[in-house]
Amino acid sequence: MEKTVTLKIDKHEVTVPAGTIILDAAKKVGIDIPTLCYINLEGTAVKSNPSSCRICVVEVEGKKNLAPACATACTEGMVVHTSTTRVLNSRRIVAELILSDHPNECLVCPKSGKCELQKLSQRFNISEMPFAGGELSQRTKEVTAAIVRNMDKCILCRRCENVCNNVQTVGALGAIKRGFNTMIAPAFGKSLKESECTYCGQCVSVCPTGALSEHDYTNRLLEDLADPDKTVIVQTAPAVRAALGEEFGLPAGTLVTGKMVAALRELGFAKVFDTDFSADLTIMEEGSEIIDRLTHFLKKDRLVRLPILTSCCPAWVNFFEKQFPDMLDIPSTARSPQQMFGSIAKNYWADMMGIPREKLVCVSIMPCLAKKFECSREEFKKKGNPDVDYSLSTREFAELIRKANINFNALQNEDYDNPLGESTGAGVIFGATGGVLEAALRTVYEIYTGKKLEKIDFEQVRGLDGIKKAVIDLNGFPLHVGIANGLGNARRLLEEIRSGKSEFHVIEIMACPGGCIGGGGQPQHHGNVEILKARTAALYREDANKKLRKSHENPYIIKLYEEYLGKPLSEQSHKLLHTHYFNRAENE
Amino acid sequence: MTEVKAKISPSALIKVEQICEKHGNRPGELINILEEIQGTVGFLPEDVQRLIAHKLGLPASKINGVVSFYTFFTTTPRGKHRVSVCLGTACYVRGAEKNIDEIKRVLGIEVGDTTPDGKFSLDCLRCLGACGLAPVMMVDEQVYGRLQMTEIRKILDSYE
Repeated sequence: MEKTVTLKIDKHEVTVPAGTIILDAAKKVGIDIPTLCYINLEGTAVKSNPSSCRICVVEVEGKKNLAPACATACTEGMVVHTSTTRVLNSRRIVAELILSDHPNECLVCPKSGKCELQKLSQRFNISEMPFAGGELSQRTKEVTAAIVRNMDKCILCRRCENVCNNVQTVGALGAIKRGFNTMIAPAFGKSLKESECTYCGQCVSVCPTGALSEHDYTNRLLEDLADPDKTVIVQTAPAVRAALGEEFGLPAGTLVTGKMVAALRELGFAKVFDTDFSADLTIMEEGSEIIDRLTHFLKKDRLVRLPILTSCCPAWVNFFEKQFPDMLDIPSTARSPQQMFGSIAKNYWADMMGIPREKLVCVSIMPCLAKKFECSREEFKKKGNPDVDYSLSTREFAELIRKANINFNALQNEDYDNPLGESTGAGVIFGATGGVLEAALRTVYEIYTGKKLEKIDFEQVRGLDGIKKAVIDLNGFPLHVGIANGLGNARRLLEEIRSGKSEFHVIEIMACPGGCIGGGGQPQHHGNVEILKARTAALYREDANKKLRKSHENPYIIKLYEEYLGKPLSEQSHKLLHTHYFNRAENE
Repeated sequence: MTEVKAKISPSALIKVEQICEKHGNRPGELINILEEIQGTVGFLPEDVQRLIAHKLGLPASKINGVVSFYTFFTTTPRGKHRVSVCLGTACYVRGAEKNIDEIKRVLGIEVGDTTPDGKFSLDCLRCLGACGLAPVMMVDEQVYGRLQMTEIRKILDSYE
C-alpha cells in the first residue's frame, strides 16, 4: 500500500501520499496557493517546479523560514499556515519586486486579461509600486513567423525553459547570464530562428505573462477581408472546434463547430471550408503509402525502411529536420492537412471557380503556432505565392470574433461549404493523439484486407499517455503501431529506431501534449489536464455522431480523385500533396 | 561584449573531448570540465561549448547558461597580459572606478574584453587582501598599489 502522511493546512486536516508537495495537498482541500512558476499538467510530461518565483511561500510550524509550497514535501503531523500576516506580506513584497522590473504596459499588452502576473497583482490588491522608478532590464525582442518574444516582460519563472528542455527535449531556450542581465534565450546570443526551436509553441502555452506570444495575423486578415479584389477562404483545423468555446465562457469540451462556421461567415469569408476534408485526403495518401511500404517490406524489399512515421505535425517535422537529419527518409512524404488543403484550394478549386491564384487568399485557423511557420516554407509556394497565405491560432480567432462585435454564444449553427468542407469522423479525430493513426487504420485495414471493419473504434490507441503501443491484426499479419505525443516522447521512439531496436511498423507523432487539442495556439490550460481530456472527448463525440467515419468513404474525396488526382500516390498527387525534407541541423 | 569569432584548432578540440571523457561525460561534472578546459584551451568559445554539449548530452543553451553565469569563465581569448582592477570596498572608495575608466580609455576595450592585437585583457576582481595599498591594479602577477590615474598609460606602455 502507498505510504500516506496526514497534516494540517489552515483549518483542514488532509491525508496525502508521502512526497506530495504542500501546494498540491492544499489544492485537495480547496486552498488555492498562488504561484507564477509551478505548473503540472498531470498525466502528461508537462511539469515545471523550479521554485523560482517564491510567490507560494507558506508558514510551516517549527521552521524558521517561510517554505515554498511548490517544493516542500508534506510530512506526518506537519502544521501549515497559508495566509498569516507574515505570509501575505512576504508574498506581496515578492510580487512588488517582480513588478519593479516589469514594464507597466498592461493596457496595450496582448496578454492583458489573461496574464497571471496581472491577476496576481489584482488578487493581492497591489495599488502602488513601492520599488518602481529604477531602470528596467533591457532584453531582446524578436518576431518570427510563429512566435514573438518580448523578453522585457519575462519574470524568469523558467516554465518555458523546462518545457523546452525537459518536456520537449528541443533545447532551444536556456537561462543565459545572471542577475538583472539574466535572459531566457537561445545559446550564444542567437535568435529563435537560428536555434533548435521547432515552433511547437509549448513555451507560449505555459508563459504566465506576455513575454512569449504568437505572431498575430488578425489585422492582416481584416485588411484582406475588406479588399473587394480578393476572395478570402478559410479552413478550420479539427482541434479548434473543441476549444474555441472556452474563450467565450463555455465549459471545456463544448463542441462549437456550427457556431464557428457561422462566425466565419459573419466575418466575411467567401467560403468556409474544413481542414477535416484534407485530413481525409491525407489519410488516402498516407494510408496508401503505409500499404505500399508494408507490401514492399513483406516482399523483403531492402530498399524500404519501416517504421513509417506520420508527417502531419509541423513542429515534429522541424524537430526531425533539425535533430535527426539522418532519418529524413523515414517519415511519410505526405504533406500536412493544412498544406494539402492549400494546394487543392489554390489549384483544383481556384481553377474550377476561375479565380486567379494571386486574388485568392487562403487562411487557416489552427490550434498551432508551428503551422504559421509551415505556411512560410518555400516548398509550399508557387512563384512566391504561398498555398496557405497565413495561419491564425484559436486564440487569435477568438480575438477577431470579439473585435468584430459578434455575439458568439447567440449564433445559430451553420454548415461548412462544399466541396472542401465535407469530412468524415476520421478527419475529426486528427486533433487528438492517436487520432491520425486511428483514422489511417480505418482505411488501411479495409483497403489492405478487402474486408469491412466490424468495429470502427480503435480504443487501444486513444488516451493521453505519452507513448502508446498496440498490435492490429491485418489478415493475420500483426501490425505493430506506436504513438507518441510530446517531442520528448518522440525522441525516445526515434532513438529506438536509430539503434535498430524499434518494434513498430507505423508510428504517429504529435508534438504537443494530448495532440493538437493541447496545441501552442489553443486557449491556455493553466495546468488543468481536465481541459485537455474534455477537448479530446469532444472530438471523439463529433466522430461518433458522423454518418461517415472512414476517409475513403468521403464522397468529395472520391470525386476529387476521379476528376483530378487519378489515384493516391499518382504523379499528380505527388506533385500537389507530397513534400520532401531538408537537413536543417546546425554544424552539420 | 564584443564577440570574437575565434576558431579552435583541431588538436584543442581533441583535448576538449578527452577532458569530457576523463570526467565520464557526466553532466554533474560540468563545472569541473569547464574549468579544466578553460585552463587548457584558454577560453570557451561557441565551438567548444557545443562540443561539450554534444559529449555530455545536454542542450547547448544549458552549457552557455553556466558559462555566462560565472564571471570566471570567458568566451574570448585572454590577452598576453591580464590587467585586473580591484573593486573591493577599500579600492572602490579610493577611486578604483576612475582608474577603470582610464584603463578602458587607454586600451579601448570594455571590462571582460581583449584588445584586438591580443596584448591586454581587462577584468575586475573583488579584494586582493592588499587594502592598505588601495586602489590596486594587477598586471599579470605584478601589483601596482596607490595607483594614480595619471600613471596608468605609462605602466601599460611598459609592457611588450
